[in-house]
Amino acid sequence: MITPPDSSPPPLRSSGEQSVGDPDRPVAGLVVDYVLGLADDALVSAQRMGWWISRAPQLEEDVALANIGLDQLGQARALLSYAGRLEGAGRTEDDLAYLRDEREFRNVWLVERAQTDFGVAMARLLLVAAWQSELYAALASSSDETLAAVGAKAVKEVAYHLDHATSWVVRLGDGTDVSHERMQAALDAEWPYLDELFRPVEGSVVDPASLRAGVLDRVTPVVAEATLVVPEVTPARGGGRQGLHTEEMGYLLAEMQHLHRSHPGVSW
Amino acid sequence: MLHDVARDADICHILGYRRPVAFDDLLAGDGRVEPRDEMPEGYRRTLVRQIAQHAHSEIIGMQPEGNWISRAPSLRRKAILMAKVQDEAGHGLYLYAAAETLGVDRADLLDQLHTGRQKYSSIFNYPTLTWADVGAIGWLVDGAAIVNQVPLCRCSYGPYARAMVRICKEESFHQRQGFEILHTLSHGSPAQQRMAQDAVDRYWWPALMMFGPPDDDSPNSAQSMAWGIKRFSNDDLRQRFVDMTVPQAQALGLTLPDPQIAWNEDRGHYDFGPIDFTELAEVIKGNGPCNQQRLAHKVQAHEDGAWVREAASAYAAKHARPTEGAA
Amino acid sequence: MRDWPLWEVFVRSRRGLSHVHVGSLHAPDAEMALRNARDLYTRRQEGVSLWVVPSTEIVASDPGEREAFFEPAGDKVYRHPTFYDVPEGVEHL
Repeated sequence: MITPPDSSPPPLRSSGEQSVGDPDRPVAGLVVDYVLGLADDALVSAQRMGWWISRAPQLEEDVALANIGLDQLGQARALLSYAGRLEGAGRTEDDLAYLRDEREFRNVWLVERAQTDFGVAMARLLLVAAWQSELYAALASSSDETLAAVGAKAVKEVAYHLDHATSWVVRLGDGTDVSHERMQAALDAEWPYLDELFRPVEGSVVDPASLRAGVLDRVTPVVAEATLVVPEVTPARGGGRQGLHTEEMGYLLAEMQHLHRSHPGVSW
Repeated sequence: MLHDVARDADICHILGYRRPVAFDDLLAGDGRVEPRDEMPEGYRRTLVRQIAQHAHSEIIGMQPEGNWISRAPSLRRKAILMAKVQDEAGHGLYLYAAAETLGVDRADLLDQLHTGRQKYSSIFNYPTLTWADVGAIGWLVDGAAIVNQVPLCRCSYGPYARAMVRICKEESFHQRQGFEILHTLSHGSPAQQRMAQDAVDRYWWPALMMFGPPDDDSPNSAQSMAWGIKRFSNDDLRQRFVDMTVPQAQALGLTLPDPQIAWNEDRGHYDFGPIDFTELAEVIKGNGPCNQQRLAHKVQAHEDGAWVREAASAYAAKHARPTEGAA
Repeated sequence: MRDWPLWEVFVRSRRGLSHVHVGSLHAPDAEMALRNARDLYTRRQEGVSLWVVPSTEIVASDPGEREAFFEPAGDKVYRHPTFYDVPEGVEHL
C-alpha cells in the first residue's frame, strides 16, 4: 500500500537525475518549471491587481489593493530571479517576465483572467491567498534554502491578503441583497479554477495535492460566514502549468511585454 | 536645559502656555490655526477650496501614471510606479482628511469633483503617450509640485500644514525616480533618447503653468498671502522651479523647449520665454486633451463601487457591536 | 448616499513611545478602519501599533474655554523645579 503524501515536502532532487516522464529533461529543469509556475502565478496576479489602482470602490481600497499587488510583484521577482539562477543560463527576472512567449508561461488559469468586478477580485484573492498561505508555509520548511526564505517572507504577506479578502467576501456576502447575489456569482465564477492548483506538477517541491485540505479549511468557513454556499461546479480544464492558457492570457502578455520587446537589449 | 532658564514667564513659554489669542494675533505671530478655533468664513472657504482641489489633483493624478503600470518596461519600474501611484492615493486621503477638519464631508467634495464644480490641477489633463512621460511627470510635474508644496508645510492652518509635511517627506522619492527614468533613457538607445526629449518637450510648458497665472493676474493671491495660506507668489515659485530645473536638464543631456532660457547675471536667475496662458485657460475651461476622459474614469470607478460601499455599510449596521462607542 | 464614518488614527511609532494622532480615514466598521489605517498610515514602517477611534467619540475642549481651562495653571510656577533656588555646589538635586 502506498502511503498518502503528507504535508512535508519531498527533498529537492539532484540535478543529475533524469525524470521518468521526460527522459530528455533533467530534473533540475523540472524544478525550474515548477518555480516558474509559482512565479508566474504571483506575477500575473500582480498584473491584474495593478488594474485596480485608481478604480477601487473607495480611495482607502486603492491603497490596500496596491499594497497587495506590490507584495505579489515582490514574490514574483524573488521567484523569477531564483528560477533564472536555477536554470543557469543567465536569464534575469526581466528576461523571464518579458521575453517568454505565452506557451512558456506556467501560471494557472485562476489568476490570468480579467477581474474588473470587485466581487470577482475578492473571490479570487480569497482563493489565491488561501492557497498561497498553505504553499508558502510549506515552502518555508522545505530543504531548498532560497525557496524556504521566499516562503517565510511571503507567508506573512499573504496572511494579510487572506485577511483582506475575507473581510470583503464576508461584507459583500452578508451585506445587501444585491451584494449577496453578486458575491455568490463571483464565487461561482472563480471556484472552477481552484482545482488546477492541486494537480500534480513534475518537479514540484511541495506536492500540490497536499495543499487541498488546508486551503479548503481556510476558505469554507469564510464562505459560510459570508452566508454564501460553496459552489458545486465542474472544475475548469486548466493546463497553465503546461503552458496552455485561456485566450485572455495573450492580451495580458501583449500589454505587459510590448514596450520591453519593442526596444531589444536596452536598459530601463 | 531647564534650570538655565529664567523663571516664571519663561516657564509658561516652555510649557507651551499661551494666552488665548484672536485669529489676527495668531497670524501676526506666525501661529497655527487649529480646527476648532474661530476663523473668518472667507479663510475657511478658501482653505476648503484649496485643500479639496489639492486632494482632487492627487486622485486624478493617479490616472496618467497609472496608465503605464501594466506596461512598465521592467519589473523594478513596475514596482516603483505602483508604489508611486499608491502614494498619490494616500496623499489625496491625507488632504481630504485635512479638509474634513473644516467641517465638510469628503463625500460632498468628491461629489463636487465628479460634477465638475471643483477643479483639479490642469496638468493631469495631458496624456501619457510614452513611457518617458512617466519620467517627465516625476521630474517636472512632481518637481513643480514640490516647489509649490514645501512652503505649504508652514501654512497657517495646522492640519493642512501637517498633511503637507507628511506628503513632502513621502514625495521626495517621486521626483528622483522620474529623473532616474529620464537619465536612463537619455543615456540609452537613440530611440530612447528621442522618447525622453519628446516627453520633456510636451511637459515643460504645462509644468510651468502649474504655478498658476502671473502675479498681476492672480486676484486671490494677496488675500491668501495675508492669511498665511500662501507664502510666496506664483511668479516667485515659478522662477525658483526654473532655476532649479535648468541645470538638471543639462545633467540629463536634454533640451528644454524654450530658446529664450538664459542665465541673467543681473537678476541672478534664469530668464525664460513668455508662457501661453491662453492654453492654461483652455485646459481649465475643459478643453484639454483628457479632461472628459479623466473625470469619466473617476466617476465610473465611483459608480461601479457603489454596491460595495452600500454592502459594507449594511454589514456594519447588521453587526454593530453593542459595546461599540460605549467602551 | 453618505460616506462611511470617519475614524481618527493613532500610531505608536516604536515600542516605548505613546500613540500619536496621525490623521483620519473612512471605513464602514472598526475592523476595516484598522486595516485601512495599516495600509494608509504605515506604508513606510511608521508604526508597530495602531488605534482607531470613531471621530464622533472624541470629546474636545472648546478653544473658547481656553482661558478657564488652561490659564489657571500659568501662575503655579512652584510646580517646576526651576522655581527653587539651590545653593552653589549642591549637586544631584
